Amino acid sequence: MLETIWFVLWMLLWAVYFILDGFDLGLGSLLPFVAKNETERRIVYNASGPFWDGNEVWLIAAGGVTFAAFPKAYAVMFSALYAPLLVLLFALIFRAVSYEFRGKVESALWRGMWDCVHYFANLVPALLLGVAFANLFMGIPVDAKGVYHGSLLGLLNPYGLAGGVFFVLVFCLHGALWLLLKSRDDLQVRALAAANFLWPLEFILLLVFLWLTWRFTHLFALYLANPALFVLPVLAAVGIIATKVLLTTGRLWSAWAAHGLFILGVTFFGVTGMYPGIIISSLDPAATITVFNGASTPATLTIMLGVALVMVPIVLCYQFWMYRLFSGPVTADSIAADHHAY
Amino acid sequence: MDVVMLSRLQFAVTTFFHFIFVPLTLGLSLLVAWMETRYVMTGDAMWKRHTQFWGRLFLINFTLGVVTGITLEFQFGTNWSRYSEYVGDIFGSLLAIEATVAFFLESTFLAVWHFGWDRLGRKAHCLCIWLVTIAGTVSALWIILANGFMQHPVGHVVNAQAGRAELASFADVVSNSFAWGMYGHTVVSAWMLGGFFVLGVSAWHMLKGSHTDFFRRSFAMAAPWTLLTVILVAASGDINGKQVAEMQPAKMAAMEAHWQTAKNVPFNLLVVPDEENERNSVEAIGIPDLMSWIAFGDANAEIKGLKDFPKEDRPPVAVTFWAFRAMVALGGVFVLLALAAFFARKRESVSPTLLKALVWAIPLPYLGLALGWVVAEVGRQPWLVYNLMRTSEGVSPVPAADVTVSLTAFLVIYTLLGVIDIYLLRTYAIKGPEAREA
Repeated sequence: MLETIWFVLWMLLWAVYFILDGFDLGLGSLLPFVAKNETERRIVYNASGPFWDGNEVWLIAAGGVTFAAFPKAYAVMFSALYAPLLVLLFALIFRAVSYEFRGKVESALWRGMWDCVHYFANLVPALLLGVAFANLFMGIPVDAKGVYHGSLLGLLNPYGLAGGVFFVLVFCLHGALWLLLKSRDDLQVRALAAANFLWPLEFILLLVFLWLTWRFTHLFALYLANPALFVLPVLAAVGIIATKVLLTTGRLWSAWAAHGLFILGVTFFGVTGMYPGIIISSLDPAATITVFNGASTPATLTIMLGVALVMVPIVLCYQFWMYRLFSGPVTADSIAADHHAY
Repeated sequence: MDVVMLSRLQFAVTTFFHFIFVPLTLGLSLLVAWMETRYVMTGDAMWKRHTQFWGRLFLINFTLGVVTGITLEFQFGTNWSRYSEYVGDIFGSLLAIEATVAFFLESTFLAVWHFGWDRLGRKAHCLCIWLVTIAGTVSALWIILANGFMQHPVGHVVNAQAGRAELASFADVVSNSFAWGMYGHTVVSAWMLGGFFVLGVSAWHMLKGSHTDFFRRSFAMAAPWTLLTVILVAASGDINGKQVAEMQPAKMAAMEAHWQTAKNVPFNLLVVPDEENERNSVEAIGIPDLMSWIAFGDANAEIKGLKDFPKEDRPPVAVTFWAFRAMVALGGVFVLLALAAFFARKRESVSPTLLKALVWAIPLPYLGLALGWVVAEVGRQPWLVYNLMRTSEGVSPVPAADVTVSLTAFLVIYTLLGVIDIYLLRTYAIKGPEAREA
C-alpha cells in the first residue's frame, strides 16, 4: 500500500515538473522562432524569469524521491541511462547560466551566443526526457544485477524518438500558451500563431504515439484489465480538446491550465501503465524492478510520506503566491523600467 | 585508469567546483540579509545600495551553486549506483527532504527577492532574503547529515538478505553528533568566507579610492563579523577534531602522520611523512603531549598509530596529512588578518599593506574550505560508508570509457563556466555600487 502511494506521488511529481518546467523548456525552444529583436528576446527570457528556477526544483524533488522511495530503481535508471542523463544535466547547467549570464555583458555577439546556448539547452532536455520516458515505457535492456546491456543509439529507437519529438511538441505548445499570456503586441500575435500551428501537430502526434505505444509497449494491458483506469487517457483527451476550445474563445489562462491537465493526463497514463513496474527489463521479466521489490523500508516510506504531506502543499501554496505576484504581462516598457530584469 | 578511480576523480572535481559557490551563497546571503534589515530599520538609502550591490554579486554566484549541486544528486545514481542501492533507504530520504524542505524555499524566494523590489513592501522584501538565507542554511544541514552518515553511520541495521543498510532510527540519523560537528564547522567556515569576501572587495575599492564612504561602511560591518566567525571556525574545528579522534581513529592518525601507537604524543611542528616506509622522514620541534591533548583533551591519552590498522584500511597518508596541515596554517593566517581588519575598521586611513593583503586573501578561505573537504573525504578512504562499505564496492557497473568522456566534459565545461563566472563577479565587483545590469 505504502509503495503504491509512493508510486502515485512519484508520478505526480513528474507531472508537476512537466507542467511547470515544460513551459520554460518550450519558451526556450521557441525563442529563435517567435522573437525577432533584442527587446522581444528579453521578453521571452523574462516571461519565465522569476519562475524557471523554482520549477526546476520539481525535477530535483522527483529525482530525490526516486532515490528515497525506490533506491534500486534510482540506481538502475541513472546508471543505465548514463549518457542521456549527463547530457540532460549539462543542458540544464547551460540553461541556468544562459539566463544569468546573457544580460551581464552588453554585446550583440555575447548575447547571440547565449541565445544559441539557451535554445539548445531547452530543446535538448525536452527531447531527452521524451526519449527516456518512452524507453522506460517500452522497457530497457537491464539484467537482474542492474547492468545495462544497451547503448546510447539503442535508446534512439523509433518509439524512443517518437517520444522525444512528442515531448518537444508538447512543451513548445505549453510555452507558446504561456507566452500568449505574458506578452503583448507583435510577440503575442506570433505566440498565437505558434499555438495554432502546434496544436494540430500535437494532436496528430498524440494519436501516433498512442498507436506506437500499443505496438511497442505493454502499457495498455493494465488498462484492459482495469477499464476504470481509462479515466486517465480520457483526462488527457479532455485536456487537449479543451485547450483548443479555450484558445479559440480567447480564455488564455484556462487554455494554459487545460494544457496542463493534458500533460498531467498523459504522464499519468504512461506511468500508470508501467505499474507495478518502474524499470521494466526488456531482457528478463524477473529483472523488472517494481514498486514492491525496489522500494525502501516501510519506516522510510512512512517518514517520507509525512514530510511530503506537510511540505508539498506548503510549497504549492507559496509557489502559487509567487505566480500571482508576477502574473502581469512582460512588455518592452516593463523590462526597461526594471533594472533587475534579465 | 579503472572505473573506480575515474568515478572518484569525477566526483572530486564536481564537488570541489560546487563548493566554490556554496560557501559564498551561505556567507554572503546572511550579510546581505543583515544589510537589508539595516535598510528597513533605519531607512538609510546607503544600506539599500549595499543590499543591491552585494546582492548582485550574490546572484551571479548563486546560479552556478545551484546547477552544480544537481550534478551531485545525479552522480549518486549515474556513477555510484551500487552505493545508492545499498544506502538509499537512509541517504536518499535525506536528499529528498533537503529538496522539499529547503531547496524549493530557497529557489522560489530568491526569485521573489531578485524580481520583487517594486512589487513588495520593504519588510516583505527583506523577509524574502531571510527566507533564502535560512533555506540555504537548512539545505546545508540535510546535505551534511547525508555526508555524516557516510562518515559515521548511525541509526541503521544491515539487512544481509536484501543486501542493504536499512533505517533503524530516523532520530539517530538526524541527531548524528558527528554530522552536527561537521555542519557547525562547515557553516561557520562559509560565514567566514563571506566575511573575507566583503572585506576583500571593500579593501580593493578603498585602495583605489573609489566609493570610499560606501566601502568603508561594508568594511566596518564585515570586520567584527569576520573575527567572530574565525574564532568560531577554530572552536568548531577543535570539536570536529576530537570527534574524528574518537570515531575515525585511522583518519586522525593520517591527519597527524602518526605511525606508532603511543601515549603522551607530542605535536611536531615539522613533519614530512614517508608513506612507503611507514615512518616520517622528518620529525622536529616537538611540543610534548600536545597532540594527545588536542585529540582527546588529555595529555596522557593514547593515540592509535597507523601501523596498528591493516594496510587496506588506511587512508592515503600524505594527502590527508598535508591537506590538514595546510588548512590549519591557513586558519592561522585568517586569525591574523581578521584581527588586523578588526582593529583597523574605525581608523581614518587603513594601512594600504593591510588592504592589499585582504584583496589577495580573497581566494584563501576558498582554499581552506577545499582542504577541509580533502581531509574529510580522502581521510575517510578506503571507506565509502565508514566501516560499512568500501569505495570500490559502490561504483556503478558502467564502462570506464563512458566515465572518461563525462569526466572530460565536466573538466571542459566547468573550466569554461568557472572562468566566465569569476570574470563576471570581478567585473561587477569592480564596477561598484553604481553598476546597473547592462
